Parts: sequence; C-alpha cells; structure tokens
Amino acid sequence: MAEYMILIFEDESSYATATPDVLQQVMEAHNRFAEQVAEKGGKVVEGRALQPTSTATTIRGDVVTDGPFIETKEAIGGYYLVEARDLDHALEIGKLCPARFGGVEVRPIMVFG
Amino acid sequence: MSESSRPGAGAEPGAAPRPGEVSAAVADAHRCEWAFVLAATARVAGDLDLAEECVQDAYAAALTAWTRGGVPRSPGAWLTTAARRRAIDALRRDRVLRAKLPLLIEPEAPVAASAPPVAGQPEGDEDEVIPDDRLRLIFTCCHPALAREAQVALTLRLVCGLTTPEIAQAFLVSEPTMAARVTRAKKKISAARIAYRVPPPAELPDRLDAVLTVVHLLYTTGHTAPGGENLVRSDLVDRAMGLARMLRTLMPDEREVAGLLALILLTDARRATRADAQGRLLLLDEQDRSRWDRAVISEGTALVPWALRGGRPGRFALQAAIAALHAEAPSYARTDWPQIVALYDALLRVWSSPVVALNRAVAVAMAEGPAAGLAQIGELESDGRLDAYRYLPAAKADLLRRLGRWDAAAQAYRAALALTDNAAEREFLTRRLAEVTEAPT
Repeated sequence: MAEYMILIFEDESSYATATPDVLQQVMEAHNRFAEQVAEKGGKVVEGRALQPTSTATTIRGDVVTDGPFIETKEAIGGYYLVEARDLDHALEIGKLCPARFGGVEVRPIMVFG
Repeated sequence: MSESSRPGAGAEPGAAPRPGEVSAAVADAHRCEWAFVLAATARVAGDLDLAEECVQDAYAAALTAWTRGGVPRSPGAWLTTAARRRAIDALRRDRVLRAKLPLLIEPEAPVAASAPPVAGQPEGDEDEVIPDDRLRLIFTCCHPALAREAQVALTLRLVCGLTTPEIAQAFLVSEPTMAARVTRAKKKISAARIAYRVPPPAELPDRLDAVLTVVHLLYTTGHTAPGGENLVRSDLVDRAMGLARMLRTLMPDEREVAGLLALILLTDARRATRADAQGRLLLLDEQDRSRWDRAVISEGTALVPWALRGGRPGRFALQAAIAALHAEAPSYARTDWPQIVALYDALLRVWSSPVVALNRAVAVAMAEGPAAGLAQIGELESDGRLDAYRYLPAAKADLLRRLGRWDAAAQAYRAALALTDNAAEREFLTRRLAEVTEAPT
C-alpha cells in the first residue's frame, strides 16, 4: 500500500451561500466517505477541513501578509491522507471524495530513503 | 514471432551467417519484437528505465551472439530471455537499488521474485513460456493520468522502440523538450504508482478508447504532417498501422479495435494517390481511383460489418464505415452521399465533435447541394470552436467556389492559407486561390 493525499479544491463562496440543508448533506457525505474507502479496501489515515482562505496568513521571506498564498476561485478547503494499492485504486477512492463545489487533486506522498 | 527455417535453437556449427544477414535480423527483431521483449522485461525489472536499458543491452548482445552462433529460431524469445536475465542480475547485484526502486505495481503476483529464468545461455531457454505483456505496456503508456502528448511519446518510445530524437523529429519539437516529456511521464508512472496491468472490464471501454485515440493520432500525424515538405510521414503511418494490427491480434473481441484497424487500412489504401508527381495535394474527387490499393481496401472493408454489429457502434467503426463507402464508390459524384450523411449523424451521437460536424456539412453539400452545406458551415463558424482549424475555411472556400461566389471564396482560401504550414496543402490552396481570383466575374 502507498499513501496519497487527496486535496479538496472548492469554491468557497458556494459554501458561504449554502443552505443549512446543503451543509448537512456535505457533512453526511464526509462521514460516509471513510466507510466507503474501507469498503474499497483502502484506508483513511487522516482527514481535516480547513478554515476559509479569508483566515489565511502568508509568509514570504520575512514578510507577513493577510490572505492566501495564491488567490484563486477554488481553494484548498480540506484534505484526506489515504492508503491505496496504486494510482487506479487511489483515483477510485478520490472519485468518492465529496467535493460538490469543485474537485479533488490526488497526489502521491513522497517516500524518502 | 517470425521464425527462420533453421531447425535448431540457433547455433549451427560451420554455417556462418552471410554478411548483413545478422544486422538485418537484429533490425527486423527491433521492429517486430521490441514491444514483446520490453513488456516481458518490465515485469521482471519492475522499472521502465531498467527494463529499457536491459532490452537495449540484449539487442546489442544479439549482434555479437548471432554473428557467432547464427540467428536463433525465435529471436524474440532469445532477446526476452537475455533482457530478463540482465534485469534479474542488476537487481541481484544491487540489493540497495532494488529496495529503492519505485517498482511498477503488479498486483496479481510479485513477479520479480517468481520463476526467474534458468541460468545458462539465452539460446537454451527458448522453451520457457514468456507471458505476452504487450497490452499491459500499452495500457500503462496510455493511462489517463498522463497527458495525451506524454501518452503518444511513451507509446512510440516503449511500445515501438523509437529513440527520443526520432520522436522529437516526428512531432517537430526539440530533443530536450521531448526528452523532458518522456522523463516526466516515466517519473509519474513510478512516483504515482500507475499499475502495470490491463484495466478490469468495468474500466476497459474508456481506457481502450484512450489507447485507440493515441494510435489514431499517430496515424493522422503521419498521414498529414503538420508542417514540412512531405505530406505523409510514412514511418509514423507504418508504426500506427503496426500498433493497430497488434491490438487486433491481442484483443480480437473488441469491435472498436477492428474499427480502428479498418479505418487506418481504408484511409491508407489511398496513400499513393493523395499527391501528384509534383507532390501537390489532390482531394478525394481528383484522386485516381484505379490506383487505390484494392487488396488493402478489401482487408479494411471486411472488418467493417463486424465492427458495426452488436450494439451501438463506436466512433472508429462508424468512421471506418464512412471510409469504406468512399473506397467502394466508382467516383466522387457517384458516392452514396445520403448514406454517408446518415453515418455522420450516428457518429455525432457517439462523438459530438465540431470536426465531425464539419465533415458532415461537406457530405450534406454533396447530397443536397453546396448551399445546404454552406448553411451548416455557417453555424459551425459562429460556434467558434473551429476558429483555428484550417479545414473549416478550406471547406467553406470550396463550396463558395462551386456556387461561383468568387470573392467570398478567395477570402476563405486566404483564411485557410493563414492557418497551415504544410507545404503541400499551401500549394493546393494557393492554386485554388489563383483560380478563383482569375475567374470571370
């Protein structure tokens, strides 16, 4: 098994304007995700949601500025670290990952040594 | 695999091969067996770079060994055994390297550890059953996680055995650019662990479509080189044809594979007539149909009914059916244009491409008159997706010319000229532009 990071890129403004009902559905989808990954023979090592980019602070050199590193319409809103057999397996898992206001990026974790 | 008439495994005392015979045999084996040898070696090596190195070494060793002992009965098996032994030796020699190697994933069984070839001369191992892994190799090269241009480059390099300079030349990019493209793609295969396998049935239709797209792209790139002096780059055409035949052999039940092979055959049967003696481009209606290759047409046409049968036909089968109607027509005017329009309708349903719509418009012009075709081209122009596509203004110009609208035709020919670098096509468009500008108003 190898580790992959599933980075969730979504449009933050869609979350800001979403109804409580929609937010509830998103929460449930994420709760279901871990079970679905296990059913596929993979494993969620860790998963976290991030506060919106309006709370981000960027440091370049010694300069501290307000805001995200790169200003984009879709920003990273959370991630999952998963274990999968190979890329096809990781992509199968990635397709299950909730991201209704955007998409996900699957990146292999670098192994040293 | 090709077999010589030699009865034994190769070593035939006293019968020294004729000069040139061995190098010809090695060249032949390079063209015909590369994919098989590399595919089988990759499974043992667990790494594409190591596999390539070992296969290259095996081909170099063959030149010496075959000069000394004669060309083996089965050159492919000899080369595979030699290359796989080199891979196993390399892995044994360097346990550290082996531990560090980003192994190709082979989920069914850890092959590197199982059934290593017996030690001894490669000639002695020919009875060993070597699995045919060519499909694994081509599906790995055409994995959707790789960009299309990387899929194309990897297929030529790993499946066809072309060198990076050859691939760079074929696609008119610099060698460093092509080398970087190949290296990046190989690194992604190992770092992201793209599995070395044929996809399971559920994924097969999509994955096969990617493979067929790459082969077809190779064919069309060779068929109409995007720039330069020669209209046809025959080496790419031959490689694409070889790949299509290989897939047809390995996947005899796939209708779209038959469709692609038929399409390539039926298009290529017209190769000799696509330009005149001066290298000028000739359109379908100007080509000498008596010089079309009837044997190739028969082979292609025979595949079409089967490719169309059993469920909704795919895009390659439908394009082959259209090509078959052209190939069988006694003349351009006496082509079954209504049937061709109907096939384009079916094609648009499975493949909604503006290029298909443009071809349909040309067929409509033949079936119902230039004005009807022109109306459809007008719709495509406002769509905007074909703004940089040289065949749109070229097709429009032709219909305007047939309607006697000289000024508008000239304008469209100039627009087409501005979009093409292919010398033969430019010559053709310039000739037509002169015709319409000199025409009586």
